[in-house]
Parts: sequence; C-alpha cells; structure tokens
Amino acid sequence: MFELLGIPPQALFGQVLLGLINGSFYAMLSLGLAVIFGLLNIINFTHGAQYMMGAFVAWMALNYLGLNYWVALVISPLVVGATGIVIERFLLKRLSHLDHLYGLLLTFGLALIIQGLFRNQYGSSGLPYQIPPQLAGGHNLGFMFLPNYRGWVVIASLVVCLATWFMIEKTRLGAYLRAATENPTLTQAFGINVPLLVTLTYGFGVALAALAGVLAAPIYSVNPNMGADLIIVVFAVVVIGGMGSILGSIITGFSLGLVEGLTKVFYPEASATVIFIIMVLVLLVKPAGLFGRTA
Amino acid sequence: MADVTSAEAPAAGLGISETSKGTERLHRAIMIGLAVALVTAPFVAYPVFVMKVLCFGLFALAFNLLLGYGGLLSFGHAAYFGMASYVSAYTAKHWGLTPELAILSGTVIAGLLGALFGSLAIRRQGIYFAMITLALAQMVFFFSLQTPRFTGGEDGIQAVPRGKLFGLFSLADDRALYWLVAVIFMGGLLLIYRIIHSPFGEVCKAIRDNEPRAISLGYRANQYKLAVFVLSATLAGLAGATKAIVFQLASLTDVHWSMSGEVVLMTLVGGLGTVFGPIAGALVIVAMQNYLATLGAWVTVIQGCIFVICVLLFREGIVGVIAKAIRRPL
Repeated sequence: MFELLGIPPQALFGQVLLGLINGSFYAMLSLGLAVIFGLLNIINFTHGAQYMMGAFVAWMALNYLGLNYWVALVISPLVVGATGIVIERFLLKRLSHLDHLYGLLLTFGLALIIQGLFRNQYGSSGLPYQIPPQLAGGHNLGFMFLPNYRGWVVIASLVVCLATWFMIEKTRLGAYLRAATENPTLTQAFGINVPLLVTLTYGFGVALAALAGVLAAPIYSVNPNMGADLIIVVFAVVVIGGMGSILGSIITGFSLGLVEGLTKVFYPEASATVIFIIMVLVLLVKPAGLFGRTA
Repeated sequence: MADVTSAEAPAAGLGISETSKGTERLHRAIMIGLAVALVTAPFVAYPVFVMKVLCFGLFALAFNLLLGYGGLLSFGHAAYFGMASYVSAYTAKHWGLTPELAILSGTVIAGLLGALFGSLAIRRQGIYFAMITLALAQMVFFFSLQTPRFTGGEDGIQAVPRGKLFGLFSLADDRALYWLVAVIFMGGLLLIYRIIHSPFGEVCKAIRDNEPRAISLGYRANQYKLAVFVLSATLAGLAGATKAIVFQLASLTDVHWSMSGEVVLMTLVGGLGTVFGPIAGALVIVAMQNYLATLGAWVTVIQGCIFVICVLLFREGIVGVIAKAIRRPL
C-alpha cells in the first residue's frame, strides 16, 4: 500500500469523505440561512434546532409510525417546514418593522425552547437511526472503501443545493423571490403577494435544514444537541462566504467541509477551530466575505 | 445599520434631555440607594447569592455598555467573562497571586482579548457583527476545551484559594469577601455611568443612532467602536475574574455560548440602553436560576420563553417601563 505524506490513503480519503459530508450539511444550512436572510432580513438562529427536529421527526416516524427512511425524507421537511410557517406567521411577522437584531434574539429564544423540550423528552445521550437497507454496505474503490450511505449523502445534498440554485436563478418563482429581495414594496406593487412569498421562503429554508437533519440521522446519532454547535460553525461559514450569492454559499460550504476533513488528517488538534481561523483570515483580507457584495 | 435601540430606545422616545438637572439628581439618589442596599444586603440575604447577583450584574452592565450605548450586539461576551475567570483562577491557584492581582490579571487579559476580537469584528456590521463575535467566542471555547493543562478541561479549575487581600486580610469568610465584591461592583457601575455621560459616550451614542452622519462630522467611528468594545470586554472580564474568586471555580460553562445568551437575556429583561436595567435583569435571572435549579433542563425552556416574550411584548424591559412611567431616563 502506498502512502501519501506519511498518511495511509484509507485514513486520508476517509476523512476527505467525512469532510465532504460535513461540507454538504454546511452548504445546505448556509443556503437556507442565506435565502431566509435575503427576504426576511433576519438571521435564523433556530436553524440548528430545526436541523435537529428534522432528524427527530425521521426517528419518530420510524419508531412510532413505522415509516421508513425514504418516507421520512419527504415527510420530515414538510412537517418541520410547516412549523416554520407557523413561527413566521405568528412570531417573526410581528418583528418585521423592527431592527433585525430582534429577529436574532427571538429565534435564539426559540432555539433554547426547542432544544430544551427535546432534551427533557429524549435525554442528551442520542438515539440510534439505522442506515436504510438499500444503502447499507459499500464499495471498495481500490484506494478507499466507500460506504454507500455516505456517497448518497454527498450526492443527494449536491443535487438539492443545485436544484435550489436553479429554482432561484432560473425559474419565474425564483425571479419573484429575487425581485422581492431587492425591493419588496415595488414587487408588491406589481401584484405579487410578497407576505405569502416571505412565509413560504422561511418554510422552505427551514425544510432544507430539516432535510439535512434526516440525511445526518444515520451518520450521527439523533441528539437534541446536534444542531446547537453546528449552527455556530455555519454562521462562520456564512461570514466567510457572504450571503449575497447562492452558488457562493454552496461552494463555500463544501470546500470548508473539505478543509476541515483534511485538517483532521494532518493536524487534528486544529480541526475544531480551523473554520473559525479561516474566518479570521478572510475578515483580515476580504472583510465582505469571499462572495459578498460590499456591505 | 447597527442602531438596535434607535427606534425603541427608552431615552430617545421620551423627548427629555438626558442631562437635565432633575435627572442627574434622580440618578444620584438611585446610586446612594444602591450603595445603602449593598451595605444592608449581606445582613438580610445570603451573601453568596448577593455576590452572584453583583458579578452577573456587572457582566450585564458591561454588555449593555456595548449594546445599549454602542449599538453593537456581541453574541460572544462569554469569551471575555470566561477567559478572565480562567486567568484569575489559574494565577490565584498555581502562581499564588493575591486575589486583587489575580482579578487584575484576568481583567487585563480580557481587555487584550477584547482588543483583538473587537478589531476583527468591527470590520462587519449588524447581523454579521453578532455572528463574528459568536464564532470567535466559540474558538475560545474550543481552546479552553483542548488545553486542560491550563483550564482543567471538563473539570475546570476547582478549589481556587480566596487568599488574602493585599496579602493582609483573609477573604475566606463570605462577609469579608462580600465587601470586596461590593466595592468592585460599585466601582464598575460608577465607571460605566461616567463613560456613558462623558463626551466620549455622547459620540458613541451618536454613532449608534446614525453612523454615516457621525463620520461626516469628522468622528472616526471605528476607533470609537473599538474603544467601547474594549471597555466592555475589560469590564466583563472584571466580572468574570471576580466570579472565579467568589465561587472558587472557573469552568467551561463560563466560556460556553449559553453564557453569552444569558447576559443578553439579563440586559433585555432589565432594559436595554438603560443605566440601571442590567442590574435588575441580573437579579431576576439569577434569582430565577436559584429557585428553579431543581427543574434541570426546564430552566433552558423557561429562559427561551422569557426571550420570546421579552422580544415580542416587553422590549423596554423592567427599568425601561419604569423610566417611561416617570418620564425620565434611568
């Protein structure tokens, strides 16, 4: 077996794959944050809790209703997205005329409530979720062993991210969305129901987080705290990429996951902080973010 | 942009000059009242509880200096509070520093950390500022987690000696320690009051309310922002360093993001952008934690509910509502 810089290729590619998986979660979550921020002008602190809810709804669907992974993949984003719509209609809407920092505080409070409730109900040790039988096992690619499920997560999230990009940049609905982001008053004057668009956008961003949660469930255990620390990393990803560009969020998410994976191989001590360090460097060199418009 | 209080600021909405004679007299009376309350408190309440309120009160006052008067929402103030707590505990325990020197060294380190993080964070505004401060604080958390030789890892630094003040007066007794904490708290409050009502404070408020205008008048907004950030971080450090001596403990809780959230909550409950609000907020939240300690994880849920209710219905906070009722800024 050959070695690369003293690291066995199995370990190297294994971490690269894990990095890509984390990167796909970063990409999906920061994409949702960016879409929500564009239209609602709030940073959705509840995003991590909603990612966790996505995983839990999948777990509940399996254990209480006997619905398998593939059904959960559809149901969970719908259910969590619906709760998001309720939150937008009854809570966030009341803050739309205020400074956007109040939105941050409100969603932080909601995250505390949701995480606290799940911790009370299910403890914080985490619940197992089986890999669906269709995706069990893996392939030996010669230089590494590729578990099927992990390959599926990377491809699925890439497809979802690109579909979102296509929808926002290339379709009529996306054009409405971009128009409303640019100038809500004028868009409304053209006869487009902007408040409905706002509600649906929040629901969509939340559903994206829930979908990431379902994908994550078989890899990490289903845990009430799974979103709490992740969301802070995603914030750093958002600062690095800037929220101006959809494609930028996707690229930043995947590449930072990859960098994190490589750091785990070559300098494991820094793997938890490498994204924050990159954030510092980006702030020093290009304060508006890699893909950001000048603030 | 970052004018979190401009639309909602109790002082701004009242149309009363903040420097009117009556207001000054009222503030002086409140200060004297607070001093009297501090002197009598250890005789009517459990001193350790009062000291906890004072430490968190000072922490919230420092946070409010930045948010209420600088218009900058930091979501990472636990970094300065917790790092100062670690430095103070470490120097007191392993270097044998006297408590006043341990507290001083913790405060200085927090100030330096504030200068470093502040100069990075002020490069972006509004929502990004909050996210950057949070991310930087998370970096401090991981640093603390990964350097158990310094922080004691999951165990924290336990059994920190309270030592002898100036090497002379033993602080082992709660009452003795209480007077030191009370003096530190009152000193911090007076300093913050002085900062807010100084020409420097006026410029900070101007930048908070309308940054482009302040810049066009020739003020270097970024230097003012950095200065108020460093002051806030230093005072938060003073609170954290004192807390480590009081509870003889510095732990990961002090640097965790939930601590950053708690200080936001205290300030919000008490009254954002009011001089005395954070003290009231700290009293309410610390008392609540004490009485509800047996409920475990429900405390998080309750805190979350208070957040939501405050943001939706009670944005002025306790002291803000009182200030509105008596039509004077507090």
